[in-house]
Amino acid sequence: MSVSISIRNAVKKYGENTIIPDLSIDIRDREFFTLLGPSGCGKTTLLRMIAGFNTIEGGDFYFDDRRINDMDVSKRNIGMVFQNYAIFPHYTVRQNVEFGLKNRKLPKAEIEASTNEFLDLMKMLEFKDRMPELLSGGQQQRVALARALVIKPDVLLMDEPLSNLDAKLRLEMRQVIRDLQKEVGITTIYVTHDQEEAMAISDRIAVMKDGIIQHVGTPPEIYHRPSNIFVATFIGRTNLVDAEYSTANKMVTIDGYEFGMDNLSCESDSPVVLSIRPEDFQMSKDTTEGIKSRIADHIFLGLNTHYLVEFPNKQTIEIIHESVMDSSYKTGDTVYLSIKAEKINVFSKDGNRNLIRAA
Amino acid sequence: MQLEQTIKSKRDVWSLVTIAVLGAYGLFLVYPLLNLLGQAVIDKATGRFSLAYFQRFFGKRYYFNTLLNSFKVTFGVTILTVGLGTPLAYIFTRYKIRGKAFVRILIILSSMSAPFIGAYSWILLLGRSGVITTFFRDSLGINIPSIYGFTGILIVLTLQLYPLIFLYVTGALKNVDNSLLEASDNLGCSGMRRFFIIIVPLILPTLFAGGLLVFMRSLADFGTPMLIGEGFRTFPVTIFEEFISELGGDDGFAAAISIIAIIITTFIFIIQRYLSRRKRFTMSSLNKIRPIEAKGLTRIVIHLYTYLLVGLSIMPQVYIIYTSFKKVNGTVFVPGYSLQSYADAFNKVGRAISNTLIIPGISLVVIVIFAALIAYITVRRRNFFTNIVDTVSMVPYIIPGSVIGITLLIAFNKPPILLSGTMLIMIIGLVLRRLPYTIRSSVAVLQQIPMNIEEAAMSLGSSKTKTFYKITVPMMAAGLIAGGILSWVTMISELSTAILLYVGRTKTLTVEIYTQIIRGNYGIAAALSTILAVLTVISLLIFNRVSKGGEISM
Repeated sequence: MSVSISIRNAVKKYGENTIIPDLSIDIRDREFFTLLGPSGCGKTTLLRMIAGFNTIEGGDFYFDDRRINDMDVSKRNIGMVFQNYAIFPHYTVRQNVEFGLKNRKLPKAEIEASTNEFLDLMKMLEFKDRMPELLSGGQQQRVALARALVIKPDVLLMDEPLSNLDAKLRLEMRQVIRDLQKEVGITTIYVTHDQEEAMAISDRIAVMKDGIIQHVGTPPEIYHRPSNIFVATFIGRTNLVDAEYSTANKMVTIDGYEFGMDNLSCESDSPVVLSIRPEDFQMSKDTTEGIKSRIADHIFLGLNTHYLVEFPNKQTIEIIHESVMDSSYKTGDTVYLSIKAEKINVFSKDGNRNLIRAA
Repeated sequence: MQLEQTIKSKRDVWSLVTIAVLGAYGLFLVYPLLNLLGQAVIDKATGRFSLAYFQRFFGKRYYFNTLLNSFKVTFGVTILTVGLGTPLAYIFTRYKIRGKAFVRILIILSSMSAPFIGAYSWILLLGRSGVITTFFRDSLGINIPSIYGFTGILIVLTLQLYPLIFLYVTGALKNVDNSLLEASDNLGCSGMRRFFIIIVPLILPTLFAGGLLVFMRSLADFGTPMLIGEGFRTFPVTIFEEFISELGGDDGFAAAISIIAIIITTFIFIIQRYLSRRKRFTMSSLNKIRPIEAKGLTRIVIHLYTYLLVGLSIMPQVYIIYTSFKKVNGTVFVPGYSLQSYADAFNKVGRAISNTLIIPGISLVVIVIFAALIAYITVRRRNFFTNIVDTVSMVPYIIPGSVIGITLLIAFNKPPILLSGTMLIMIIGLVLRRLPYTIRSSVAVLQQIPMNIEEAAMSLGSSKTKTFYKITVPMMAAGLIAGGILSWVTMISELSTAILLYVGRTKTLTVEIYTQIIRGNYGIAAALSTILAVLTVISLLIFNRVSKGGEISM
């Protein structure tokens, strides 16, 4: 039975140190929900509060309508996958997977059937009598997943489960986890600091910083319309450019270049910060429209070429173009930049508010 | 992550364990110590506070001198063991030595026997009528200087205890990166200079730790000065004699001397902690120092040094084993060989052997269980109370064995808790003394086990108790058993507590050997010592099996 999770005004403190000041969140039934943020942002702490490994200093945690704050870890019916897998080294693969079922005192036949089913699902059936030390990292990960899921948990919690794998295996397991979650249909909370991983795997993402949720949304939402400058810079690459907004003609001015923005919720003329992704610049030599700039350097990376371009005011920004044969743009060239106004984001000067009105 | 081990530390099974452990330490350690203090400072006649016993101790040169003597021995032994053990460890790490594995076994073996057996063997070799002395006097006309007194104690304890320094330093050198040596070489500092300027400072904290252990052991040793000291009386001897004195021992005075001993060892312990905290480095070595083939003079010198030192330290044991097969007439060795000593040994002392299996055996079980529980609560459940457990459990580390014996006797020699003369009191004594070591090694093992594994078990529906014995204990098992076996080896060769606590029924092998030596039954003593040595070797072989060639640590 999968459940929805709701957290109201959660507080976490270590002594005098407040890690999570006041956090509320709702996670839907069967959703793949990711907590994303830099290290120390409180994402693992929150996950461990849900699991029951950390004390809760304030607030309420619910699985559906059940308040779980004071429920013992072993009673919460949670499947947990750890960063280091936490495979019991003195048990075989099969014994590891059976462990949770045995604690539930299920009939022997049922234990064996479920164990085999999930080992098979994880393509680990042939290794069932091996000791963990003889397994590769990816195989241990599969055992950890089978062990967490075989108990038919209400919730699956995953703490950076891919960070110990090499790059190639990481991509493979990412897909395995995503497919498995959809197939089993279980509410999943996933913790990672890797924004690309989060985007690839999640239904929704909560971006966290300093114990506070900065933005909750689908991957396209948080990429295209980040709620503040932190989210804009943390998700994908972006250029932050100072500009002026004039309410009279609804124009934005960067270093002398003007363009219209009519979807801003801004009451008075004020300085703003633009977040322009590297792919949202247009670069041209054939016109004199736009910001007159100089190519300071360019880096060829195969599929794309990165250009470091200097504004007249000496600010350097990054532009990404798909690579072409015999590119006409060389270091030292003068180019004119225009901006895809509908794709950029405009933030208040302090960076805390996205000024673009929701469409 | 370590800080996040704050799983509900409300009331659960571990709170009960903490209370039980605190209760046990309260009853068997804190109460006896307070009781000892009371005996020392309360005048029995008037029931008032009095420092008369202390005045008597410091007032009489006779008593005060034993303190000075103990210090002479202890400092002398500590300096000599560090001076001998450190170079040996360095040689072992840096150079290839012929027969290294075998020599290593000999070093460990020589440290594992009871010191007083070594003393007794040296008397057989170098004493007034020792074989070597007689040979030199009769055949060559040379008089070898007397081995009795200060020199003898110093030799015996040094040869007995330098292996501790060797083991400690070998361990520390494993953490020194070879590139440090190469860098030093590259910058123009090599050879002896490099050893003193680079190596020694890096292993200084280890030297302090090893030095402290040697200090405590040599200060507490009772058998050696008793046998070979003759007029040279040390602290434990005085405590023992005042307590056991045939003229009706004076508990209060023995208690006062014990208190003085504890104050001194505490003081030394604190200084050691302070010094080694200040000089600690974090090291991790990617490239361990690899042994190289020494050339020319160096090669000769290091081999000579190694063989001579190890040869000297194993000689007493070898000689004892040899004499156990000699023919005996009454109490005198006569030419020829026989198994008579063994026959006599088994006839006379049947019970001592079984006692030596039973008493340390039960102690071992108790120690392993307690060490596992205490390690768990102090590592995984850090709070105010488990910190107290952590500190209290280490207290016996700095209390000499004979003092532990006295505190237990004074506390439990009358109802409501009458334990003197029982096996239980001997077990308590051994457990108290040996627990600090086994707890340390268990803590080290537990710290290697990621907390996540237990969390995984709990998230899979396993209760706290079940998680502990199904997951944690099996993962700690190898380390626990290895630590337990080392404790066992020390316990079967223990004398200074047992000599105070034993009665006829609870005699152990070491007590029996000691008694037989005192009575002059050298043949039986040698046979029993050999049996003890065999037990030790078997135990060490099992240790090697269990720990898969792991390190021996004290």
